Amino acid sequence: MSTFSQGFTGRRGRDPRLPPGQYDVGSSFPVLTAEATPNVSAATWTFRVDGEVAAPRTWTWDDVHALPSSSYEGDIHCVTTWSKLGTSFTGVSLDALLDQVEVLPSATHVLAWSSSGYTTNLPLADVTGGKAWLVWEHEGAPLTAEHGGPVRMLVPHLYFWKSTKWVAGLRLLDHDEPGFWERNGYHDRGEPWAEQRYAGD
Amino acid sequence: MTEIADSAEGLPGLPALPQLDSPRRRVPPTGAKRSWQTGTVTEVRQETPHAKTFRIELEQWQPHLPGQNYLVRLTAPDGYRAQRSYSAASPPEDPGVVELTVDRLPDGEVSGYLHDHVSVGDPLEVRGPFGGWFVWRGDRPALLVGGGSGLVPLACVLRSRAARLAAGQDAAPVHLVAAARTREELFYADELTGRFADLTTVVLSRQDDDASGRPAGRLRAEDLLPAAERLGALTGSGAGADVFLCGSTPFTTAAEQLLQEVGVPPESIRVERFGPS
Repeated sequence: MSTFSQGFTGRRGRDPRLPPGQYDVGSSFPVLTAEATPNVSAATWTFRVDGEVAAPRTWTWDDVHALPSSSYEGDIHCVTTWSKLGTSFTGVSLDALLDQVEVLPSATHVLAWSSSGYTTNLPLADVTGGKAWLVWEHEGAPLTAEHGGPVRMLVPHLYFWKSTKWVAGLRLLDHDEPGFWERNGYHDRGEPWAEQRYAGD
Repeated sequence: MTEIADSAEGLPGLPALPQLDSPRRRVPPTGAKRSWQTGTVTEVRQETPHAKTFRIELEQWQPHLPGQNYLVRLTAPDGYRAQRSYSAASPPEDPGVVELTVDRLPDGEVSGYLHDHVSVGDPLEVRGPFGGWFVWRGDRPALLVGGGSGLVPLACVLRSRAARLAAGQDAAPVHLVAAARTREELFYADELTGRFADLTTVVLSRQDDDASGRPAGRLRAEDLLPAAERLGALTGSGAGADVFLCGSTPFTTAAEQLLQEVGVPPESIRVERFGPS
C-alpha cells in the first residue's frame, strides 16, 4: 500500500533495536492478560515437563533454584506494538530442565501452559539452544504476579504472548497444536522481525 | 477450567491441562482474510474532552463481533509506520462502516495524530476485525465492567444487543457498570444514561453523581453486586454469566479483585487491559 498519512512524521530518532511496527515504552512495563491474575505462591508452585520425554518430572521452587542461574539482557516485544528495550530477567535456562527429562527424538513442538489455563505452542527449536528461560526476577526484583510471577516463561526472540505467565508446565508433542491466542486469531510462531502478528501474516 | 485439553486426547496417560478457553467458550474463526485497506472517514464526533469517534467507511467490510478491534496504521513520507489497535464502537448491525473511539493519550504518537490531523473525507488505513477471546456472542448473560476508554467495546455490546432486539432476534441479558472520573469524561454519557439507562450503572470516581445519588468514589462491591446477582454471575448460580472487564491496568486489577470478593468465579472473567502498569 502506498497510502501516506498526510502530516504524519512519527517519533524521531528511531531505535534500530525496534522491529517493524513497534514502539519503545521506555521504563514502563505494560500488563496484558486475558484472564484474572491468579494468586500463585512460590511455596506451592511446580513446573512439570511431560509428553514426548523418557523421564517426565516436576520441579519445585527450590528445585529450579538449585540449578545454575541464567540471565537474559535485551529486548522484549509485545504483539500489541510495544517493545521494552534493554531490560533483564533472571532464572534458569529451559535447556537445563530439558536436559533432565530425556527428550525423545519424536518431539517437535511444545505446549507451554499456566495454572490459569493459558496455553501457547512453540517449535521445540524455539525453546532450546539458549533461547528460552523460566524466570523469577525482573531487573533485579522478584517478578510480580501481574507480570507472571512467581515464575513465567521467557522466549524473548518471539512476541511476548509466547512467554507464558504463571507457567506450570511444558508438554512436548510430536506435532504442532495451537495454544490460546493461536486459536484466537494470532500467528502460529510470532517472529517480531517478520511481523508475524496474526494468522496468515 | 479443568475441561479436557486438546493435547490430552492424543496422549493417553497424561493429565489433562487446564484450559482457559474451553471448547464451549471458544469463538470459531471466521476464516476471512483481513488485509490492510484504505477506508474513508465520513464523520468525526467529540465524545469527551479527550476522546473522538471516527466513523470509517470500508470497501471490504465484514461483520465484527462486539469486542473485536481494528488496527489503524499511519505511514510517514520516509516509510516509517506506526500502528495501534482500537475496539469497534459501532455494532456489526451498522454495515459497511466501523466507528473507532480514540482516547487522546499524552504524547500519543497515533492518537495525537488522529485527533489533530484526521477529519471528514480523509483516507485511513485499517485492518480487521481481530480478536477471538474478548468477544460477545449474545447467547450468554454478561456483566460488562469498563472504565474510561475501556467502555468502547462494551458500548458496542449494548448497541449490538439493542439492534438485535429491535430486529426481533434473541439476545441474552447484559448489564454495564460504566466508570469514569467525572460525568464529563464518561464515554457515551448521553446514550448510557439515556436509551441504555436501565442497563447501566454509572460509577464516577471523582464526582458525586447527582442523577443516581452515588457519592464519588472508586468501584465498590455495591456497584457490582445487584447486576452480578441478577445475571447469575456469582459462584453456584446455575449456568452462570460471562464477565467482560476492560480498562486501564489499575482499573482492571482493582475490578478483578472486587469481582472475586463479591463472589464471581475467576474463570468467568475475561479481561482486556491497556496502558502502562
